Amino acid sequence: MDVKIANTTQSILNKFPQKDKSNLIQILQAVQEKDSFLSPEAIGRISEHLRVSRSYIFGVATFYSQFKFNPPGRHSIRICLGTACHVQGGDFLLNAIKSELDISTGETTEDGKFDLDRVACLGCCALAPVVKIDNTIHSRMSVIKLKEILDGYE
Amino acid sequence: MNNFETIQKKAINEWQSLQENPEPVIYIGMGSCGIASGADRIWKQVHETISKEKIKAKVLKVGCIGPCYLEPLLDIQKPGFPRFSFNNVDEQKTIRLLTEFLNGEESKLKPLGHLDSQRKEIDGIKSFWDQPMLKNQERIVLRNCGIIDPENINHYIARDGFKGLLKALNIGPEGIIDEIKKSGLRGRGGAGFPTGLKWQFCREAKGKLKYLICNADEGDPGAFMNRSLMEGDPFALLEGMVIAAYAIGANTGYIYIRAEYPLAIERLKIAITQMNDLGFLGKNILNSGFSFEIRLKEGAGAFVCGEETALIASIEGQRGMPRSRPPFPATSGLNGNPTNINNVETLATVPNILREGGNWYAGFGTKTSKGTKTFALVGKVRRAGLIEVPMGTTLRKIIFDIGGGPIKPFKAVQTGGPSGGCLSEEFLDLPVDYESLTQAGSIMGSGGLIVMDEHTCMVDVAKYFLKFTSQESCGKCVPCRIGTTRILEILEKITQGKGEIKDLEILENLAHTVKNGSLCGLGQTAPNPVLTTIKYFKEEYLEHIENNRCPAAVCRDLVEYRVIKEKCTGCQRCVNVCPTGAITGPRSEPHNLDLSKCIKCRACYEICRFDAIAGDAIVIE
Repeated sequence: MDVKIANTTQSILNKFPQKDKSNLIQILQAVQEKDSFLSPEAIGRISEHLRVSRSYIFGVATFYSQFKFNPPGRHSIRICLGTACHVQGGDFLLNAIKSELDISTGETTEDGKFDLDRVACLGCCALAPVVKIDNTIHSRMSVIKLKEILDGYE
Repeated sequence: MNNFETIQKKAINEWQSLQENPEPVIYIGMGSCGIASGADRIWKQVHETISKEKIKAKVLKVGCIGPCYLEPLLDIQKPGFPRFSFNNVDEQKTIRLLTEFLNGEESKLKPLGHLDSQRKEIDGIKSFWDQPMLKNQERIVLRNCGIIDPENINHYIARDGFKGLLKALNIGPEGIIDEIKKSGLRGRGGAGFPTGLKWQFCREAKGKLKYLICNADEGDPGAFMNRSLMEGDPFALLEGMVIAAYAIGANTGYIYIRAEYPLAIERLKIAITQMNDLGFLGKNILNSGFSFEIRLKEGAGAFVCGEETALIASIEGQRGMPRSRPPFPATSGLNGNPTNINNVETLATVPNILREGGNWYAGFGTKTSKGTKTFALVGKVRRAGLIEVPMGTTLRKIIFDIGGGPIKPFKAVQTGGPSGGCLSEEFLDLPVDYESLTQAGSIMGSGGLIVMDEHTCMVDVAKYFLKFTSQESCGKCVPCRIGTTRILEILEKITQGKGEIKDLEILENLAHTVKNGSLCGLGQTAPNPVLTTIKYFKEEYLEHIENNRCPAAVCRDLVEYRVIKEKCTGCQRCVNVCPTGAITGPRSEPHNLDLSKCIKCRACYEICRFDAIAGDAIVIE
């Protein structure tokens, strides 16, 4: 087992009572915050701590779009596909970026630079279309502007 | 209650001395949307300039005042003057404002308006509230947004904060429920159930342990009312929660909030700590003997969790799947205990009703829909942003008078998110209230209003929503799980030019089955976008089916990109951006576009419009 992941997971689990599965989502969120994704090792540890099966945990985790099961890239690109963004061309951004990076949503580029996903709405609808890269929201995007911004990332 | 008076006196002093500050005060609108338009850069620039120029000034962050199209907004309050607002500020403008404007030099930089409580002209500057987007609004729940520092409880208290709570504690639970009933307040999450009645059910339910839940899982794409409210005035929501909890007899409350709203979460956390410190939350609130604590639960991204039974399941740590009702949460909710669930806006309205009285609130709005409602006015509209208007305001007034209308001819307005419908021009004079919208085939929803113009394809919009609902369907009941998928498949067929006339009939049949047969609100309303677009925009469906044409030039399979030889100057900008090498041609000669290589990514179209010499040589038809 990956020692680092096991240690961070254990330090998170120590903050939550054992066998109380009502904290499952919060635990998953905390683990993902630290490791950037949910590894099989981490899920095993959570399963032991809460005394619920791994399949139960996977059932809950896969239900919510927030949880990732693959290691992410160095930078995460989130294309907003809320209604306002859709009407203002969010779909074109997604398609253009898919062909530019040659990956699909939920995937990471081969060089590990970017991972790509869609998001239902970031709540910045008046500035549509918007794209979130890491923690920065870029407003009033266009295919060209987005390509220029991506060029600036290492 | 002497304690409250002391706290209040101190808060009012702090607020007043801020207004009369002997040094300039700079306010920066720092909601998520303000930050996205660059307010954080302005924040940095302000600090840089005042330290470089040795300017003595106070700098504060405030929430969003609503007109997103004017962001970033920066207000400057010079000693002896009210706050003057400057719009669309960038770094350069910030530097000039801090040097020229602050020094009183004659400057070309004129403020857009002032924020004095009096609306009269000051120094030749009109009131900010007389801006076209703001003058027709009635701000009750948004009254503090953009005005106060959302991270300072004293600002909230100085502006009549917690007076509603004080009154609530005096008149007791029954008195509160009576007052809410008198106000006519209905659930602002969209369904419009009378709030007073809901509280009464939960109060009367048997059980010692009761819960209050605030639904802050604003899942409708295209809506951000709750985010803006929580970021701009978190105290209003929390005060409303304390009042509601006291009325129903709950000692524990949850705020179920989307993880996509990190700033709102942070500001709520700060507000909860400050309220605990002053005794507005926690044990023995204001010496009343009533205790209440609030916990934050972050949602993990599932639209269906806006449904109350699914939301409860999610708080319990399970998959967010709805269950059939009854029993309603009022009798058996969280962990089997009586639970009351209200939307953010509903709860944030409550302190105002208690403070000013139910009759006062009922003075706004229509006969059946009382009070005001916030809307996120977005899409193809000149003045986009967050607004609050009395119920019964017409769509025309909202879209054209407040929003300034679309630049291209108006086509439709979408209300109620994925559960709502698209209304055509003939409905523009419809008063916006719960009943009128339902009658037209749409719903009030939580308050997203998305304006569409002739560049929006209505079939594509229907497809967009069904893609969303089919992905977000929890999969528990068959009509919703399979029905939405089948509807989506037919819509995809039509947008690819493979549709048949009989598809329209199948669509309508399927839509009614899903509507009638689904377990929860998600499935019961998911077909609304399809039904309304077929009803009001049938000719667009027919154009796709019969002529394989998308009139709005949106559906990718039905359009082609073309270079107009007469217009093309051969500047090669498009050649450089084309990712597949579909466009070729030597400099200064009209370019060629090879359709077999074109992936319709739009890069050439955009660069031609904004960067190239010709500007309109590439068309999508």
